[in-house]
This record gives sequence, C-alpha cells and structure tokens, in this order.
Amino acid sequence: MIFPTELFAQDALTPISLLGAVALGAGFGFVLERSGFGRAQKLVAQFYLTDMAVFRVMFTAVVTAALGTSLLAAVGLLDLKAVTVNYPTFLWPMVAGGLLVGAGFVTSGYCPGTSVVAAASGKLDGLLTVAGVVIGAVAYAEAQPALAAFHDSGKLGGVFLYQLLNLPPIGLAAIIAVAAVGCFIGAGKIERLVHAARLARAAPAASTPAR
Amino acid sequence: MTKDPERFWNPYLAGVALGLVLLATYLLTGKGLGASGASFRLGVAAIQAVAPAHVAEVPLMAATTEDGSPLRYWLVFELVGVVLGGFLGAWTSGRLRGETLKGPTFPSRSRWALALGGGALMGVGAQLARGCASGQALSGGALMSAGAWAFFLAFFGGGYALAALVRRQWS
Repeated sequence: MIFPTELFAQDALTPISLLGAVALGAGFGFVLERSGFGRAQKLVAQFYLTDMAVFRVMFTAVVTAALGTSLLAAVGLLDLKAVTVNYPTFLWPMVAGGLLVGAGFVTSGYCPGTSVVAAASGKLDGLLTVAGVVIGAVAYAEAQPALAAFHDSGKLGGVFLYQLLNLPPIGLAAIIAVAAVGCFIGAGKIERLVHAARLARAAPAASTPAR
Repeated sequence: MTKDPERFWNPYLAGVALGLVLLATYLLTGKGLGASGASFRLGVAAIQAVAPAHVAEVPLMAATTEDGSPLRYWLVFELVGVVLGGFLGAWTSGRLRGETLKGPTFPSRSRWALALGGGALMGVGAQLARGCASGQALSGGALMSAGAWAFFLAFFGGGYALAALVRRQWS
C-alpha cells in the first residue's frame, strides 16, 4: 500500500500538508468555477429541468473517483479502509440534512462550496449565502444538545453499498458507471421535453400582436 | 484568446476533472473535500474571539478547538484554496464582476434575504448530515457510503420539493 500518504495527511497540519490543502482546494474551486457553478442560475436550472449540468458534473465526478479508488485498492496501491473509516453513516440525520441542504440550495441558488466560488467571483448573493451557512451551522450547534437523540440516530458505522450488495467495490463502481450513462441519456431527454414544452407555451404569446 | 463569460467546460469533462481532484485528495490526504465544516469553524472562531467560555460549553463548538484555534484545520486551508481557485477561474473567464445574481424584475433585497435564509438552511442541514454537497454527496458518494447516497437522494428531493415556491427570484 502506498496510499493514502502520511506526508499530506489532513490531520498532520504541517506546512507541507497545509500547502497541499490550499493547492487541492484551488483545483476544486477552479473546476467548480469553470463548470459554471459560480452562477446561481446555472445551478438551480437543475431543479427546473432546463439544464442538468449539476447532475452531470457531480455524478461523473462520483463515478471517476469511485472507479479510481476501487481500482487502486484492487491492485493493492490504496488502503481503502483507511479512507472509508472517515465516512460513517448516521442514516436519519443524513436524510434530514439532505432535505434541508436541497431546500436551501434551491432557495439560495448555491451549495456551501459553490457559494464560496460565487463570492470569490464577486457575487453578493454568494457572499450572503456563505454568511447564511455560517449562521445556520452555529445556530444548529447551539441547539444540538437538545437534539442529541436525533443527531446520533440511525448510527450504523461504516456501511458501504458494495457490502450491502455483496460485491467487490470495483464491481459496484463499474455498475454505477454503466448506470450513469443511462441516467445521462435520460437527463438529455427530459431537458429536450421541457424545452419543447416551453417553446409550445411561448409560441401563442409570441403570435399575439403587441398592444 | 477572447474571453466568453457564457462558455463553460463540457459537463462530463468537468466531472472527470472534479473526480480527479477528489481522487488526488483521497490518495494524498486520506480524506475527501468539504466546504461546510470550514464555514462552521469560521463562525466558531468569531465567537471564540468574544466569548471563549461559551465555545467551551457547546459540544459541537468545543470539538473544533482541540488543536487550539478552530481555524487550525486542513479543510479551512482547503477552503482558502477554493477562494483562490474560484477567483482565478472567474478572472480568467471574464466572469469576475461585482453583482447580485437574480431575475431582472425581482428586487435585490428579497434576493439577498433568500440567499441568507437558504444558506442558513444549508448550514443546519450540513451539521446534521456531517457534510454538504461536497463533503457528503461528492466525497462520501464516491466511496459508495450508504449514508452519503441517502443524503444525495434526499438532497434532490428537498430541491425539487421547494423549487416551484422560490422560482420567482429568477424571473
């Protein structure tokens, strides 16, 4: 096993690991910006079915990293358990949290990461979303002792889909990759249907003479 | 080369690029990317500056001060990188511009309120879920964590459920 490396470890906090943090974060921010994810309209279009770039970029990234990690683990270069140990499942708070993050995403126009990219591109609404995330997180921390039972509910430890399906990680990653292609074709069909429906609705209005 | 602010990367190529950044992060550091954790720590750092005793009393806040300052944390430095990378991307594509993104007829103040309120919802949600779209859906999802995929599905459910109600801000 060569990976994960100790030199850049997130809990090392040495000058070299922190330099790595800035560099990897810069790559993350740059790719998000170039994907168009510093722009709220591009992001929320996912939820109005007019442009599914969010789904395409995110799902492609998930497939790429899933194939990469499981392939490197299969050939003995990566200790997968050393990485997955950091991702325990707390089922109910994760479902509730997902609903809230989705609702907040469509309301603010950003997610916590893309709001930072938007703020860095000069967008005031992005900066206010960042402020909102900070306020919400702090408010939750204040209330958490009273919500402790729910906060820790559905505590299943490390549960991974390939374990539930009794498949090797690389096998499930390959199945997800194939499924992704099908989903992307479906997403394109939905976009075309929505686009055609909008044109049909706009057409009678366009033929009405202006008053 | 001329800059076209309306031109974005092909979503599949952008997805592969994002996946490779994430893969490099796992290999080099043992953990994935994130955004909400660092945002929370900014807030805790601000409170610690004025009321350190209070930070010590609130369990989730106290847990961020084990190394002294809540800002002594890998993901805080990563978020500084996100700011730099986002700025560089916007600057080199002609998208760096001070403005509020909204529909032409929607009042700016209402848009600001929705941005702040939506952000607060996400702050709560990300604390509950131990991560946001980056830290949970993307990073946990690529490791095929059951909780991350449950989060991913709920995220889309929450977005579609509320979409019609907040659509007016884009018209």
